[in-house]
Amino acid sequence: MYRYDEFDHTLVAERVSQFRGQVARRVAGELTEEEFKPLRLMNGLYLQLHAYMLRVAIPYGVLSSLQMRKLAHIARVYDKGYGHFTTRQNIQYNWPKLPDVPDILDELAEVEMHAIQTSGNCIRNVTADQYAGVAGDEIEDPRIYAEIMRQWSTLHPEFSFLPRKFKIAITGAPNDRAAVKVHDIGLRMVRNEAGEPGFEVLVGGGQGRTPMIAHTVRDFLPIRHLLSYLEAILRVYNQLGRRDNKYKARIKILVHETGAEKFTAMVEDEWAQIKDTPLALPESEVARIKAYFAPPEYDTLDDNSPEFDAWRGGDRDFDLWVRANVAEHKVPGYAIANISLKPIGGTPGDATADQMEAVADLADRFSLGEIRVSHEQNLVLGDVKKRDLYALWQALKTHDLATANIGLISDMITCPGLDYCSLANARSIPIAQEISERFADLERQHDIGELKLKISGCINACGHHHVGHIGILGVDKKGVEHYQITLGGNADQNAAIGKIVGPAFSGDDVTDAVETIVETYLDIRADGESFLDTYQRAGLEPFKERLYAAH
Amino acid sequence: MTTQIVTANRLDDGAVVYLSADGRWTETVGCARVGNGSDEAEDLLAIAGHAVADGLIVEAYLIPVTVENGVVCPVHIKEVIRANGPTTRLDLGKQASTQTAAA
Ligand code: HEM
Ligand code: SF4
Repeated sequence: MYRYDEFDHTLVAERVSQFRGQVARRVAGELTEEEFKPLRLMNGLYLQLHAYMLRVAIPYGVLSSLQMRKLAHIARVYDKGYGHFTTRQNIQYNWPKLPDVPDILDELAEVEMHAIQTSGNCIRNVTADQYAGVAGDEIEDPRIYAEIMRQWSTLHPEFSFLPRKFKIAITGAPNDRAAVKVHDIGLRMVRNEAGEPGFEVLVGGGQGRTPMIAHTVRDFLPIRHLLSYLEAILRVYNQLGRRDNKYKARIKILVHETGAEKFTAMVEDEWAQIKDTPLALPESEVARIKAYFAPPEYDTLDDNSPEFDAWRGGDRDFDLWVRANVAEHKVPGYAIANISLKPIGGTPGDATADQMEAVADLADRFSLGEIRVSHEQNLVLGDVKKRDLYALWQALKTHDLATANIGLISDMITCPGLDYCSLANARSIPIAQEISERFADLERQHDIGELKLKISGCINACGHHHVGHIGILGVDKKGVEHYQITLGGNADQNAAIGKIVGPAFSGDDVTDAVETIVETYLDIRADGESFLDTYQRAGLEPFKERLYAAH
Repeated sequence: MTTQIVTANRLDDGAVVYLSADGRWTETVGCARVGNGSDEAEDLLAIAGHAVADGLIVEAYLIPVTVENGVVCPVHIKEVIRANGPTTRLDLGKQASTQTAAA
């Protein structure tokens, strides 16, 4: 993985010491809250429902075991013993005290981490496929380009005060695990006719109150032009994006109102002027960054592991875990192991300090000391030998980390909602907990098959409900929490926005409604059809009919 | 006539606090000073304004409450959650210490 150079170290250290001074002046009364708020937000520090909230960036979701141990330490010493992993591959702490935050940032800097640009109208943490570098279907490791973008965008003076926050996601594989079509800029690695790798560039996707799927503005961008092209897009946005209305300020609105073609032409015009400036990426620079992500020395193994097969055959629980949580690795004899942060009845995305430490230890023992955070709020060990999977699974079980539900109904993305978030209209976590209890039976979940259920507590859509196969949005109806259900959303390469099925349900009825939707699917599915397949074939009607039959 | 109290977050740790009858900032909603009608509400906000200026609290605002048998209770669920802590983690927030105190 990437290691800081001297410039990175200096920059982060200076930033912490600057913030330490700002906090001291705030506490001493030399700064008003009005003056201080933008400064704290620039360092990822929000004020939420119960306390401050610190959002720490995990660049493209990649962590070393050392960094994970530090996150655990911070949770234990400065917070209430846990942290929350988010859909943007960050971690949030919910209870830090203001005077402690500079110390926390100092501790983070020790392990090359920080909270810069985790808030504000700037380019946020670049997210990437959690299987980057190890996925069998990958064209190239997207982390190389995510890192290049990180270096380019960090404290970029021109893009520090954009009309609105700006989110970039990248995938190196045709199977999109990074939800690139619902980001401000999405990048997909593709090959041109000559077989050279480059990027398809998508712009203007997003969720929130006006959900949109991104438009492709360029089918093939050569690697050397990555930064100049991004710079051109951002420059057009920075100049023309609306600053008068917060709700119309995202690039998706600009693309929509300008029209994708005209917008693309403006970007191309701007790009023509800067494409051969020093922004063009020299091969040597790409090679330098690539070296940080060079594949580790893998053992030469037989892809078939008789021990592994025997354990699978002999232990039904292990077999279920492998079926849901283990993915193909590009190297024979290795596997990708997903660690679910969605235990039945738990808070999706939360991990205790003990669990974080356990994962760090397991990463050292079984996966070359590296961990990834997925945008679906789970963790991933990327390089596990197949013959170690059984031991890994047993160890995970002792820490309540072996739930075999990746991609199944209880693997929900859930925003913090009204239990933590000051913007919320309704609670999300209790709804997720009730649904996961209702579908606790793993055999049943496996029978239902792939089903992505996503929950947000308000229209901002942090929980990705628009792109859930089943989406649940919390709304406030005369002071009472209600939930609107959408069906047919999808966040992968075939991204789609879900359709509202009908009037909202009360908190007491929403789990039954989900059950009705699932039962309807089970009744009408054709052989081999997933939930989404059935929905796409049969449409909204059969679900609607059953849901509202009694009304 | 609406019955209101004034709430804010403490600058130091962000904790949810209320202006109390004795003019301090209390963590317990039950100890909040109640204002009836708009004039009294204005008074509460004015006192809060001083505390903001003094750097004790931030983001002060009024919330409606009910008072039954002397027990003050916020009307909106959001404020009930602020007053107690996350509904899914009774070991966190203010309810955690109330529980220990009661035990
Ligand atoms: C509790 C603190 C949080 C606050 C105050 C907050 C605030 C917001 C706001 C205001 C938006 C709307 C922005 C817009 O589209 O204009 C938003 C969107 C979003 N947030 Fe959060 N959020 C919080 C936590 C989270 C968490 C925990 C996650 C991940 C689980 C998350 C991920 C997202 C995502 C993915 C969007 C989608 C909007 C988009 O960019 O298309 N946020 N958030
Ligand atoms: S969707 Fe709304 S309620 Fe949920 S975290 Fe985002 S802003 Fe808060």
